[in-house]
Amino acid sequence: MRLSAKQSTLLVLAILMVISPFFFPSNYYYRVGSLVFMNGLAVVGIVVLTGYAGQISLGHAGFVGIGGYACALMPVQFGVPPALAVVLGAVLSGVTAWVVGRPILRLKGYYLAVASLGFGVLVAMVLSNEGQITGGPDGIQVPDPGVRAWLGAMGLELSTPQFWYAFTGLFLLVGAWLALNLQDSPTGRALRALHGSEVAARTVGVDVARAKLNAFVISAVYASVSGSLLAQQNRLITPDVAGYMHSIELVSMAVLGGAGSVLGAIFGAALLTMLPQVLTVLQDYEHVVLGLVMMLVMIFLPAGLIPSARRLMRGRDE
Amino acid sequence: MSDLLQFLVSGVTVGAVYALVALGFTIIYNASDVVNFAQGEFVMLGGMISVACVAAGLPLPFAALIAILVTAAIGVALNELAIEPARGAPVVSLIIITIGASIFIRGVTQIVFGKGMYRLPSFSGDTPLRLLGAAMLPQSLWVVTGAVAIFVALWLFFTRTLTGRAVLATSNNRLAAQLVGINTKFVMTLSFALSAGIGALAGVLITPITPTSFEVGIALALKGFAAAMLGGMGSPKGALAGGLLLGLMEALTAGYISSHYKDAVAFFVILAVLFAFPRGLYGSTPTERV
Repeated sequence: MRLSAKQSTLLVLAILMVISPFFFPSNYYYRVGSLVFMNGLAVVGIVVLTGYAGQISLGHAGFVGIGGYACALMPVQFGVPPALAVVLGAVLSGVTAWVVGRPILRLKGYYLAVASLGFGVLVAMVLSNEGQITGGPDGIQVPDPGVRAWLGAMGLELSTPQFWYAFTGLFLLVGAWLALNLQDSPTGRALRALHGSEVAARTVGVDVARAKLNAFVISAVYASVSGSLLAQQNRLITPDVAGYMHSIELVSMAVLGGAGSVLGAIFGAALLTMLPQVLTVLQDYEHVVLGLVMMLVMIFLPAGLIPSARRLMRGRDE
Repeated sequence: MSDLLQFLVSGVTVGAVYALVALGFTIIYNASDVVNFAQGEFVMLGGMISVACVAAGLPLPFAALIAILVTAAIGVALNELAIEPARGAPVVSLIIITIGASIFIRGVTQIVFGKGMYRLPSFSGDTPLRLLGAAMLPQSLWVVTGAVAIFVALWLFFTRTLTGRAVLATSNNRLAAQLVGINTKFVMTLSFALSAGIGALAGVLITPITPTSFEVGIALALKGFAAAMLGGMGSPKGALAGGLLLGLMEALTAGYISSHYKDAVAFFVILAVLFAFPRGLYGSTPTERV
């Protein structure tokens, strides 16, 4: 049986997720793994926006923040069950993206980058300044979604790190599956068409403004769910998750691994999430290495690591 | 009344620094069509290097000179090593490259100079001047005078010298400039050196008022960019107007509305300008080639 590119991507992901724990020296690595998956989820959203549609956003951490704080605030303020808060957070992020995206997405290149950056910074600033609601710069407690307890009652006992590893891994698989399905759907084709040339896309009947807005909203929902999971796993969220640096990290992850490829972007997320863990010994050098990696990859492998590696391998086959 | 005057004084001081950062953006943008997200790091380097030189016992003017020269050299290196090799890359790649450069510069600074906050001594004392009931630090005068001097010098350079006109020609049309014999590679080097040097000078001027640390660059870059946008990307006149306006708006917001949201002003300005008049105060009309 021959697998399609989509099936093989999902299979590779699933196999890596199942095999990796056998090589974990300690429970701590489950946590690192789930961090990779949560960042990966947000980065798959960036693939839809940047990789498919060619639009850049330097403010997506704003949606991560909205998703995260939805899970912290809604259960406490309005008595919403934590699991529902994830969904409501995603809806809120989607609506926000729709409202903000309509004017912003008329812009291109640097202007779009800076406008989205401004949006992200404003979200972070509100979260940090409205202390009486959000807990201010020190962050706020997040209630547990209760899924692990429920699984325990069903007879599936998992330690907390194991549970989050499996739970976030599942979300990432579903997210990757949806993004891969989107790629060759009419919407995905429209996005890739306007990436190539907006004028050409418009000529063949693509509603460019709407297609861009779709991509922006979809990617915002991905970022939001990633933020919700992050908040619920940590049981704490701080305004930093919505900050400028986090937005930059998300885009860097996507672009380093290869923004045009779901697998590549997830690889980029894994690389940049684990880099600080590897460099804990050399903590002071973290920024130097990160900056250097960003520059070198963009100069020498502008398509990103995975697509470049694929091209190299194909070149040898032929 | 004296309150208002006080806010205006501090607004103009900060605004002058934003104007210099915006000018740095403008010079590089004109020469290479790149928006340099590492622009704020030049200001940070100017402050940090001069602080280190003063601590090593050098007199202030020498320290400032060394800081400006070293930062200009770093600006040239940034162009040669990171931006020139990626010429023609998509905007997303260039954004990531310059952001990578800014993170890299920040990381190196943190290793070399540590994480502390540093301050330069004021150039001419800390006795405030009284001005209709508002207090003005002598250093504020230095900042404003420095900014004005830079703008006048650059204006003369761009309009009265052959090299300056070569830079203008290159920013208008690179290929045409090459055809009439302008060394566009030298123009690029010069632009990055100028831009970085101006950034460093802004850093030297402001460090006696606001302490510097390896982290100050990000905020400065964003605000400088907001100022450049407000004035109209690519226009030096716009950089000056945009910087001063942004400084004033920040100071008035901090004074009359909320000091917590002082830093939000820049982003409201960016968004408002982009929606209402995307070319800024002095920007050129857009043309798009298909």
